[in-house]
Amino acid sequence: MTANPLLDASGVAKNYGAVAALRDASLSVLPGEVHALMGANGAGKSTLVKILTGAISANAGRILIRGEARDIRSPAAARRAGLLPVYQEPSLIPDLDVLSNLRLTGTPVEPFRAWVRELGIPDLDLRETARDIPLAVLRVLDLARALAVEPDVLLLDEMTAALPANLAEKVLDVVRRQGDAGRAVIFISHRFVEISALCDRATVLRDGATVGVVDIKPGVEEKIVELMLGTRVVKTHVAARTAAQKAAPAPARPRIAVRNLRVGTKLNDVSFDLADGEVAGVVALEGQGQDELFAALAGSIKPSGGTIEVDGQPAKFSHPIDAIRAGIAYVPGDRSEALAMQRSVRENIALPFSAALRNWGPIPMRRERATVLSAIQRLQIDTRAQGEVQRLSGGNQQKVTIARWIAADARTILCFDPTRGIDVGTKQEIYLLLRELAGHGKSVLFYTSELEEVQRVCDRVIVIFGGRLVDIFPVEEADEPALMRAAYGLPRGARADVGILADPSANPSDSTSANASDTPEAAP
Amino acid sequence: MSSTAITPAPVPLGRRIKRFMADRPLIPLIILLVILVVILQLLRPGIVNERWIANTIKFAIPLAILAGCQTMTMLTGGIDLSVGTVATMSAFIMATQVVNQDPAVAFLLAMMPAVLIGLVNGIGVGVFRVHPLIMTLGTSLIGTGCLQVYQRTVIASGAKIPDFLAWLGTGVTWGFPNALLLYVPLAGLIVFTLARTGFGRLLYAVGDNERATRLSGVRYWQVITALYITSSVLAGITGLLYIGLIKAPSLSLAEPLVLPSVAAAVIGGTSIFGGRGGYTGTIVGALILTVLTTLLTILQMPEGARRILFGLIVLFVTAAYLRIVEDK
Repeated sequence: MTANPLLDASGVAKNYGAVAALRDASLSVLPGEVHALMGANGAGKSTLVKILTGAISANAGRILIRGEARDIRSPAAARRAGLLPVYQEPSLIPDLDVLSNLRLTGTPVEPFRAWVRELGIPDLDLRETARDIPLAVLRVLDLARALAVEPDVLLLDEMTAALPANLAEKVLDVVRRQGDAGRAVIFISHRFVEISALCDRATVLRDGATVGVVDIKPGVEEKIVELMLGTRVVKTHVAARTAAQKAAPAPARPRIAVRNLRVGTKLNDVSFDLADGEVAGVVALEGQGQDELFAALAGSIKPSGGTIEVDGQPAKFSHPIDAIRAGIAYVPGDRSEALAMQRSVRENIALPFSAALRNWGPIPMRRERATVLSAIQRLQIDTRAQGEVQRLSGGNQQKVTIARWIAADARTILCFDPTRGIDVGTKQEIYLLLRELAGHGKSVLFYTSELEEVQRVCDRVIVIFGGRLVDIFPVEEADEPALMRAAYGLPRGARADVGILADPSANPSDSTSANASDTPEAAP
Repeated sequence: MSSTAITPAPVPLGRRIKRFMADRPLIPLIILLVILVVILQLLRPGIVNERWIANTIKFAIPLAILAGCQTMTMLTGGIDLSVGTVATMSAFIMATQVVNQDPAVAFLLAMMPAVLIGLVNGIGVGVFRVHPLIMTLGTSLIGTGCLQVYQRTVIASGAKIPDFLAWLGTGVTWGFPNALLLYVPLAGLIVFTLARTGFGRLLYAVGDNERATRLSGVRYWQVITALYITSSVLAGITGLLYIGLIKAPSLSLAEPLVLPSVAAAVIGGTSIFGGRGGYTGTIVGALILTVLTTLLTILQMPEGARRILFGLIVLFVTAAYLRIVEDK
C-alpha cells in the first residue's frame, strides 16, 4: 500500500515510576482500513490507547497525524486532531438527558440521530436521562456520538462487548463502512471472529512493544498467538512439582461443586468442581466474567441462577460472612479492597476474628498475638513498618491479605490475581505458599492474568471466555500457547485454519456461544 | 532514634521534635493545655486554685462524654448530632417524672428515648445508608419536637432535680468532683473498648475501609446500629449528669454542647473521615475547650467578639495540630 498513513505513532514509551508500561510501541493506520490492536493482558494496549486519545501523555515517541507531528496533550486536543475514542465504559453523564450530553461535547444533533437510526435504534427519545437507558443502547449512543463528528480515526475498545446480537451486527456493519469511506478505525477486541470478519491488518503488542503487524487472512490467528506470546512459546514445561505428584486420590465428593452458575449477563452456565488439596487455575482475558465468578463464590454478590455446593451441601451466600463460615475466603486482586490501610498489620490479619457479634468483647490479646505472629512468620512478612499497612510494600501488603486467611485457617482460598504488580521474589513465595496450602489439604481457586504462573502453581486450569466455561485443562497440557488460544475462545487442538476464519460472514455476536459448543467439553 | 553513633547524621532539632510529636500525639495537646492555664494565671494571678480546677473538671466532663460519642461515631466516618437533643430529653424527662415516680422508674423512662433515637439512627445509617449528618440531624429535630409536646403534658406537675444527681453533678469530695466517680470508669471503658475489644477494632476498620470489613465477614449494619445506640445511651447519661450540674431543666439544655463536642474530638486528633483517632486525645480536647471558654470569659469582651475569637482559636489549633502530628 502506498497511501500515507492517517495516523503514525512510533517509539512511544511510557513509564510509571520504575515500571515501563510501554517501551517501544508503534502503530500505523492507513486511510480506509480497520486496524486491530491486539495483545495479552498487560501488553500495553490500554496505555497506548490512552496516549493516542490524550488521556495521558507519553514519555517518548512521535505521533504523526496526516504526516504532521501533533502533540496530543488532552482529550480535547486529540479530538481536534481527528482522533476519537469510544471506551468500554459508557461516557454519557448519567444524570443528564441525551440532548444535554450532546451539547456538552458539541455534537451536532441531526447527524447523531441519523447514526442512531443507522445503528438499529429507530425510536430514541433525546429527552431521556442517560441513567435510564440500558447499557447496550448507551454503548451504541456513544458510538453514534463519535460518528456524528466524523473523526478521521475512530478508536473502538471492545465495542461489541455487552451488545445483543442484532445491535452488534449493525455496529460491525457501520464500522466496516467507515473504512470504505476513507476514514480509519482502530479496533480493539479479544474476539478473533470479529477481527477476522472486520479488520484489514492487526498490530500486536507484547510487553510494551510492537512485535508485529500482520495482514488478516485465514490462518493468521496462529501467527498472532505466537506474536503475543513471543519466545515464551518454546519455554518452560511443567517444573518438577512434588507436591502435586503425591496428590491425594480423588475424594468422594468435591469441596465445592459449582453447577450452571449464572450472574447477570456476565457469567453464564458455569460448572466445575474444586477438590480438597488442589490448586485450580482460572484463566480468562480481562472482563470475561471471572470477577463475577469469584464474587459469587465469596458471597459478595448473589448469583442469578445455578447452585453452589460446599461439601455436598447446597449453599446460599447472602453476605461474605456466609462464605467465610463455610470456610471460603476471598483474597481480592485489588489490595486496597482488602486492607484497612491506616491500621496495623496485626489488626488487619486479625480482622475476621472480630467480625461475628459474639467476638465483639475483649480480645484475648496473647492468643491473638501468637496466631498473628505465626501467620506473619509463615508468609515472612517484613514487619519493619507494621504500624500502618499503607507503609508496607505492595508485595508485603498482598501477603497480609493472604495471611489473614491463613490465620483464620480457611479451608478454601479464592485468590484473584494475587501476584499483580509485586516483585518476582514475593511472587515465588506466593507460588510456594499456594502449593503448600494444597499440600495440607486446602483447596485454592487461583485466577491469574499471567499465563506462565499456571504451570508453576495449578493442578488444573479452567478457561473462561465470554462468561462461559470453555475448557478445562490438566496442567500437563496447559502450556502457554494452548492457554492463550483457549483464552481467546479458540477451540483446543485445532491448528492453522479454523472454521470461523474461513467464514467471515458468521454472525460475530454468536461467536462466543458457538465457540463454546464447538469446544470439546472437558468433563469435570 | 536509637544511638546510631556510627553514622551521626544530624537530624535537625525541628524534625526530631516533629517525629516525637507524631509518635505521641497526646504531648502537644497537653502542652497546649498547660500553656492556656499559664496564660490564665498570668492574666488573673491566683485564679488557678483547687476550686477552679474542680470547677473546670466538672464542666469539662459532660462535654468530654459527648465528645466520646463524636469520637466513636467519627471513627466510622460518621457523626452524631442528636447527642444534644438526647441529653436534653433524658434530663427533662428525669426532672419531670421524678416528681411523681420512683427515681429508678424515672431513670428508665428517661433512658427510653435515648435508646430509641440511637436505634433509629443506627438503622438509618447502617441499613438505609442515610448520611449520618442528615440522619442524626433529623432525629434530633424530631426529638426536640416530641419534647415540646411532652412539655405541655407535664406543665402542671413541675420539675425537680433529684438530690443524687445534684450531688453527682456539683458535689466535691476531698477536692475531687463527685462526677469523676461516674466519669473515670466510663472513660476507662471507652478507652478499653476502642483499644482492646472486637467492637472497637471494628469501629476503626469500618471507618478505614468498609469494603475490606465486609470481605472479612463484618456486617456493617450490626456495627453501626450498636455504635449509635451506645452513643445515644452515653448522651442520655450525660444529660442526667448535666441536669445535676445546671439544675435548670429547659428544652435546649444540652444543645450548646453539640458543636463543642465535635470540636473537642477533632482537636483531640480524631479524623472526621474515619479510621483514625482515639479517646484520650478527646479528653484533653474537651479540657482545652473548657479552659479556653473560661479564658475568654474573664477577658470581658462582648459576646460577639468572644465567639469570633473562640472559633478562630479552634480552627487554628486544629490546623496546627494536624500539621504537627501528621508525619509527612
